[in-house]
Amino acid sequence: MAAVEQVKSSYALQNSGFWTVNRLRIAGFLTLLTLWELAGASGLFFRGILPSSVLIAKALIELLSSSAFYVHLAVTAIEVLVSFVLGGGAGVAAGLLLGASKRAGDIYEPFIHYLAPTPKIVFLPILLVLFGVGMGSKIALGTISAFFPMALNIAAGVRQVSPVLLRVGKTFSLTPAQTVKMIYLPALVPPLATGLRIALGISIVGCLLSEYKLAKSGLGFLAGQYYESFHVAHMLAVLIFIFVCAALGNVLIERFVRLPGQRPTGK
Amino acid sequence: MRRRLPVATDQAVSDAVISTKPFRPGRLPAWAMRLLVIAGAVGLWEVCARIGWINPFTAPPPSGIWDGFLRLLGEGEIARALALTTIEAFGAAALGGVFGIAGGYLLHRIKLAGVAFTSWVAAAASAPLVLLYPLFLVIFGRNAGTIIAMGALGCMPAIILKTKEGLDGVRPVLLNVGKTFSLTARQQFWMIQFPAALPVIFTGIRIGLLFAIINVVGVEFLIAVGGLGYLIANLGDRFDYPAMYAGIFFVVLVSIAFFWITERLERWLLSSK
Repeated sequence: MAAVEQVKSSYALQNSGFWTVNRLRIAGFLTLLTLWELAGASGLFFRGILPSSVLIAKALIELLSSSAFYVHLAVTAIEVLVSFVLGGGAGVAAGLLLGASKRAGDIYEPFIHYLAPTPKIVFLPILLVLFGVGMGSKIALGTISAFFPMALNIAAGVRQVSPVLLRVGKTFSLTPAQTVKMIYLPALVPPLATGLRIALGISIVGCLLSEYKLAKSGLGFLAGQYYESFHVAHMLAVLIFIFVCAALGNVLIERFVRLPGQRPTGK
Repeated sequence: MRRRLPVATDQAVSDAVISTKPFRPGRLPAWAMRLLVIAGAVGLWEVCARIGWINPFTAPPPSGIWDGFLRLLGEGEIARALALTTIEAFGAAALGGVFGIAGGYLLHRIKLAGVAFTSWVAAAASAPLVLLYPLFLVIFGRNAGTIIAMGALGCMPAIILKTKEGLDGVRPVLLNVGKTFSLTARQQFWMIQFPAALPVIFTGIRIGLLFAIINVVGVEFLIAVGGLGYLIANLGDRFDYPAMYAGIFFVVLVSIAFFWITERLERWLLSSK
């Protein structure tokens, strides 16, 4: 009964007349765009608060053709990459340790588990004192942010390696190096990909938020400047650029973090 | 060599052996080891700050931070800040919850919309949405409106996704029972679907509330308006570092306590189902 209905509804999904998934998506996008334009033109908000998409597009082109923009971009890119590598690397190391040793996991993992969902941005005043207003404090915040999700994902991944596989390895009398290479590494690819994606997103947040707060350069600083001088279209152009970069990073990680022959890790 | 492989049986055996051994500090229960680690770190910090290995102005000793905490507590600042942040976070989560559950319901109900837009919501859930706060700052101004809007925005994607997941996952058997009793569509939803999906929806609300708190405190800190985030930013601006450290640790402890409570609550809800 239920199965028949499921087949019916999936059949209806493919043939529900005019509306297909792609048409609905386009309609959704156009609706959002129209709502934005209408809200901007309605006079409900002060003039210039919701600039028309044409103005935003112009601002984006202007931004991308100015050389100063690339200086800010380079600063932010270095901060994000360094903190992603440092925080992610430390997270992988800690995760392997916590996952492999039951004792260490029992003792230390609760620290990471409970510190992970705290707002890291509140540490910024300390980091500003320790590392200065420049890139150091931003990298430090990004590193702290990226560490936690990575460590938790890897530790859970190590623990989830099936004991059956390990016993199979034992039967074939694999050396420890072979066990790591042939059993642990393939099993760790999905948690690694998840960890990398979260770590990248969160190190972007960490670096940019600290740039918003106090900095001399970087995309967050640039957006803040546009906000203060009320160049809303330019500010939005910077934000859109940041979101596109973050999305591209996600896609790249999903594409490349997998072993040969494995399917992409996305759901 | 063979002992290195963490096979479950070996582990159980070694645990049993360990537990019969006499007292050894390395074999204290995990919670005691954690307390020792914390006490050791605090003690080390205190000693280093006292003998000047770390600068006591920029990293005041724990005793100084404790004094700062008592001072904040005495002035009532920390209680006011906590109350304001709590109200803002719960307000944001309520707002995000209403829209999120409605959105999740629509994505579940209109199958085609679910197929078309669930991936969009998932993308929003992993996007750094908090970076949008200058836009909300422009729309709402430098006040609680921006903070609550950012909190609500932060928790909505998780609640939408979990609501849809919960409603989609209701077992067909339960729905058929409802049909047997010839319930109306409305009764079917309120008496069967919604209660059955509630544990999953609660998980969404719990995650959403965490995101709301993170966003609320973050935006408070960034725009220096409101509760705990503002308190920390303000103490930092006044170079009152002992009190600032106290504020930071307080925020961390509050969010840990909150996370712990909601986690327990969820486990209890799931077990008493």
